[in-house]
Amino acid sequence: MERATDYPPSGKSVIDLKRLTKRYGGHTAVNGLNLTIERGEIFGLLGPNGAGKTTTILMMLGLTEPTDGTARVCGLDPARQSLEVKRRVGYMPDDIGFYDDRTALDNLMFTASLNGLNAQEGRRRALELLDRVGLGEAAGKKAGTFSRGMRQRLGIADVLIKKPEVVILDEPTLGIDPEGVRELLQLIREMSRNEGLTVLLSSHHLHQVQQICDRVGLFVRGELIACGDVASLARQLDEDGSVTVEIEASCWTEALTERLKSLDGFIGSGSPVRLPGHPEEASRASFVFGSDQTSDAAKLVIESGARLHAIRRKQYGLDDIYHRYFEGGGSHERNNR
Amino acid sequence: MSETIVSRGGYWKRLSGLLGDRRPSAERFESANRGKGGASPFRAIVAKEFGDHMRSWRFVILLGIVALACIGSIYAAVTAIQAGVQSGQADDEYLFLQMFTASDGTLPTFVTFVSFLGPLIGIALGFDAVNSERNKGTLSRLLSQPVYRGDFILAKFAAALLLIAVVLFSLGFLVMGLGLVTIGYPPTPEEAMRVVLFLLVAVVFVGFWLNLSILFSICFRQAATSALSGIALWLFFSVFYSMITGLIDKATAPAESSAFSVLLRHYEQMLLLNRLSPSYLFSEATSTLLMPNVRTLGPLTTEQVVGAIASPLPLLQSVLLSWPQLVGLLAATMVCFGLSYALFMRQEIRSR
Repeated sequence: MERATDYPPSGKSVIDLKRLTKRYGGHTAVNGLNLTIERGEIFGLLGPNGAGKTTTILMMLGLTEPTDGTARVCGLDPARQSLEVKRRVGYMPDDIGFYDDRTALDNLMFTASLNGLNAQEGRRRALELLDRVGLGEAAGKKAGTFSRGMRQRLGIADVLIKKPEVVILDEPTLGIDPEGVRELLQLIREMSRNEGLTVLLSSHHLHQVQQICDRVGLFVRGELIACGDVASLARQLDEDGSVTVEIEASCWTEALTERLKSLDGFIGSGSPVRLPGHPEEASRASFVFGSDQTSDAAKLVIESGARLHAIRRKQYGLDDIYHRYFEGGGSHERNNR
Repeated sequence: MSETIVSRGGYWKRLSGLLGDRRPSAERFESANRGKGGASPFRAIVAKEFGDHMRSWRFVILLGIVALACIGSIYAAVTAIQAGVQSGQADDEYLFLQMFTASDGTLPTFVTFVSFLGPLIGIALGFDAVNSERNKGTLSRLLSQPVYRGDFILAKFAAALLLIAVVLFSLGFLVMGLGLVTIGYPPTPEEAMRVVLFLLVAVVFVGFWLNLSILFSICFRQAATSALSGIALWLFFSVFYSMITGLIDKATAPAESSAFSVLLRHYEQMLLLNRLSPSYLFSEATSTLLMPNVRTLGPLTTEQVVGAIASPLPLLQSVLLSWPQLVGLLAATMVCFGLSYALFMRQEIRSR
């Protein structure tokens, strides 16, 4: 199950949503959603609050019925075969709750028994998973005493105890401190890579999604606006596809600037700015190209005799996309398309 | 006691076995240890709920109240019986059953206590069954496991009912044992059977209130609202309902001089109105079971009584007499459960 490449093998689709729609009275929470997620991939569902992410997840689990359209999870219909689906899918709700007066171990063992594991096996797996999520020490502590981050990690263990094929995490990083988020994302990535799990995580934190997801779907007001890996998303949403190269070097000469400007597809540049307090009096400048010219730029800098300290390629991050689609809000975001 | 519980357990086991049969086997999916040797989810929830109830303070407090009330009622009964025996008034037939129904007037009888406090146990065990899980955020986690929704509420109900059965039977047998020690008068097998049947009816009665409060816990998101609704209904039926029917009775009563058939019809209508209250059904059923001298629950005309021998009814006849009441209680329980089931199946499970 170990994955050789960073990108998932395009194999069987695990989650397949077709024209999935959910209406509450007159309000449409999810509108004609088409989405396919492949085995072994980490998919990020990115959207602002109230975009319909949780509703979509609930429909995938059969916890609520779609108004229209079909969902297939592991080839099963969640509305009809919800039990089979739930056997294969581990779901961590946002703001996960545990039985506060029971210990972490008890909570996990209860989940294990609901999944038909016997007591010994459940205990063994629970302890193993507690160790894995870094709660080995706290196994005997009551879940009520856990901090938010610990609860979230316990949630991961709780999801994994049934040995799922698919893991759905709803806002897993909500309300955790940055270090906790880093650890949690690391954990999610590890479990996906080591066990070939398909992970669907929803979030409104684009940076976190960007860090670990193979593909991202942008979800706004019940509709999937764009879908793909971060690079293709940027291409989809930003046709000019320009690349900014940021260079930090000392012994910067005017000739070097000119030569950099003569590279293919040069669009624009900023003049070198002296970096304050740098021991070698380095300057920093950025150049915008129509295509990726990072390595050529680096070569030029070195050939010109300047001392290269750092070179960075800045691509369109989800940041720009995020701002354009979410924070712009209102109706003009549609007009942008 | 143990016999009943074992057979109950057997029933549940069979029931869950039946449910298990129509479920697709878990084994064909992935790990080999799954599905083998592990209890069914239904059993797992029942076991957990039972443990939770046992450990909860709420249960300890309720048990304390009920136990104290029962000891008080035994004391009252024993004094009443001893006084009666001394003055030679006591009916020494079915003397043992008077442990449950007699009182010297200082404290209510055991039966009264059960009919008054029993519903409170039911409500206390059920009022937050579903909404507390919802508010703690455990419901969506639980229902994302391979568990049928129906199983979930059935397990909640079964666990609490099992506990109620254990409590009521323990109390009942405690009263029997204490009675044996204090009055030194052993029960006949028939009397013992009557007590067991009475306790069974009591479990059904408390089960009704339990189910009603589970229904409320599904309807209302706030545990306090559901508890208050349950307690309001309980107060209504155990205190106010008889007052209201009394009022209606007075307002609609035909003149004393009316024809006999008119009077009889009015009486029967009032009886029907009273029997809408589960507490009334329970008191009718228990008085028939515990007082063999009760020969009828409705009006009897002089013609009907003519030629009848004023002797206590045999056990089977008493059971027959209280059968409609028991069925009524069971039906009310079923209706509540059906409603809970229908409501819960349609609910959307969101976290918090």
